[in-house]
Amino acid sequence: MSAWDLFRYTLGALRGHRLRTWLSVTGVAIGVASVIMLTSLGEGARLYVTGEFSSLGSNLLIVIPGKTETVGATPLISTAPHDLTVDDAEALVRQVPEIRRTAPIAFGTASAQVGDRSREITVFGTTNDMMEIRGLAMGTGRFLPEGERDAPVCVLGAKVQRELFGNRNPLGQMVRLGDARFRVIGVTAPKGTSVGVDLDEVVNIPVDAALRLFNRTGLFRVIAEVGTHADIEGARKRAITVLAQRHGEEDVTILTQDAVLSTFRKILGILTAALAGIAAVSLSVAGVGIMNVMLVSVSERTREIGLLKALGGTNGQILRVFLVEAALISTGGGLLGLAVGVGAGQIAQQIFPDFPVQPPVWAVVAALGVSIAVGLLFGGIPARNAARLDPVEALMRKRA
Amino acid sequence: MIALSGISRTFQVGDQAVHALAGVDLTVPDGQYLSIMGPSGSGKSTLLNILGCLDRPTSGSYALDGREVARLDETELSAIRRHKIGFVFQFFHLVPRLTATENIELPMLFAGVEPEERKTRIGRALQSVGLAARAAHRPDQLSGGERQRVAIARAMVMEPRILLADEPTGNLDSHSGGEIVELIEELNRGGITLIVVTHDPSVGGRAARRVRLADGKVVSDEGNGGPGARGGGERSGPEGREDGGRDGAS
Repeated sequence: MSAWDLFRYTLGALRGHRLRTWLSVTGVAIGVASVIMLTSLGEGARLYVTGEFSSLGSNLLIVIPGKTETVGATPLISTAPHDLTVDDAEALVRQVPEIRRTAPIAFGTASAQVGDRSREITVFGTTNDMMEIRGLAMGTGRFLPEGERDAPVCVLGAKVQRELFGNRNPLGQMVRLGDARFRVIGVTAPKGTSVGVDLDEVVNIPVDAALRLFNRTGLFRVIAEVGTHADIEGARKRAITVLAQRHGEEDVTILTQDAVLSTFRKILGILTAALAGIAAVSLSVAGVGIMNVMLVSVSERTREIGLLKALGGTNGQILRVFLVEAALISTGGGLLGLAVGVGAGQIAQQIFPDFPVQPPVWAVVAALGVSIAVGLLFGGIPARNAARLDPVEALMRKRA
Repeated sequence: MIALSGISRTFQVGDQAVHALAGVDLTVPDGQYLSIMGPSGSGKSTLLNILGCLDRPTSGSYALDGREVARLDETELSAIRRHKIGFVFQFFHLVPRLTATENIELPMLFAGVEPEERKTRIGRALQSVGLAARAAHRPDQLSGGERQRVAIARAMVMEPRILLADEPTGNLDSHSGGEIVELIEELNRGGITLIVVTHDPSVGGRAARRVRLADGKVVSDEGNGGPGARGGGERSGPEGREDGGRDGAS
């Protein structure tokens, strides 16, 4: 019996009981679709987090004041005996050859006022190097001047500019932050959210001016850019040594992207696998459904099976007829489920454009593979029953 | 050439052994027209099933074209059914969802006949049973007589040497029944061995050789060696063996 004949014959048999066929196809489709959708979400979460971190630059070191063993979360409250200073940041560039540039960050909120408009705003105190390190582009004007750490100038995020100035040209205008006045020298191009901070909603001012504004002596953190990704670990060790020498003890924490990222990856990977496991349960339920349909199909077609045997069909050929029937149901369901799962992902993507919804390749392969295997496995017992029927008895069986 | 000797078939019903056949000896030369008659329960259907290799005797020997088939395995029996034997049933046994053409095609699917060859053979088979115009009809669109014609075309499409008919007119009115009998007699004149099982004397009486069964034994055997026994023994013997060889290899 050629493959094509087998296919044609079983397809005809499936058409013979359409409703039953569609119900079991739907069962498999739901299983596969849920595997695809749930793993898409898990994978999307992983890609989202990874993307967030790499938008920060993948060869950055983050120096945080205070000693901590934590890798996953960054301590927000500094309990360091020594302040992290702009001098520390400059020392890192001088003494650690792998570090190309550093940007100090002083961080706080202040009320910004222009004319009668005012709002609470996030203020970054930093230097000119920040622009390179974070990959900022200028919408208009220029970034903070190089070498000047205390000039009364500011660079606005794109959204801040819109809110404070509307359509007016902000360049050269004055903005009041807290008690001090700053002249606008530039506006950054829209960049969006990066690691929880909307860069369009911040104001950048020179670092010393920010420290004075917030009445602090120590930096929030220092970001260091390393030449190549391969040098990250070496640079981290050397930076710790340099800062320990300057402070007299090891009182800083240096995070690498990799450490943070791999923790997230691990967590989200487990999450995705767990979701896939839950979805797999529905696939096996679909398998039981296939078995049920096939058992009914075999008992309903006992006379037909007897006839096929009388016409010279071997047990092997009859086994194959019913196995292919089960495989067609499960493959059809698998493909349908794949289409539905991917389609739902596309729709979700339209609704949440920031969140990458994408089924991982392994999930697609596994879902299809498992659905076909489920069909063969659960279709196997009914098919074997069919092949083993005694032809004489089968032919004499009364019409069901 | 069919040679049965000492064929017994015992069924276990509960803890009671039922002897459906109890030592049947029967030799059927190629091309013979034979009817098997007897009251119900006489064992005629069991005999037909054994002749058709659907069932195996409990004891005894069944040589088909010189080859002992009583002890062959399932696959070998399938091959014999496929190539040497055609069945016609009382209840037609057509697959309801398939058209006349597709029903006739079935045995060729199992035999792996090429699609082109299939088409030719189906056309010829439909022509020979006078149903060329009904090729695309499903069984529920055909009359009883037409259904049985499709079944006969299906039985003949593999060009078997033996045609086994189990009450072929049992489900038909007398007019279409008569036509069916004429049709299979025509096939017998073409050289095929025809064995008809029936309890209808007007059908069974037409056969050249008439065997009666009662209680699993042959009680009378009339007309053996008569005019209906003329045969293509010389023609089909070697051919049959050749078929057997192919079956074994496939």
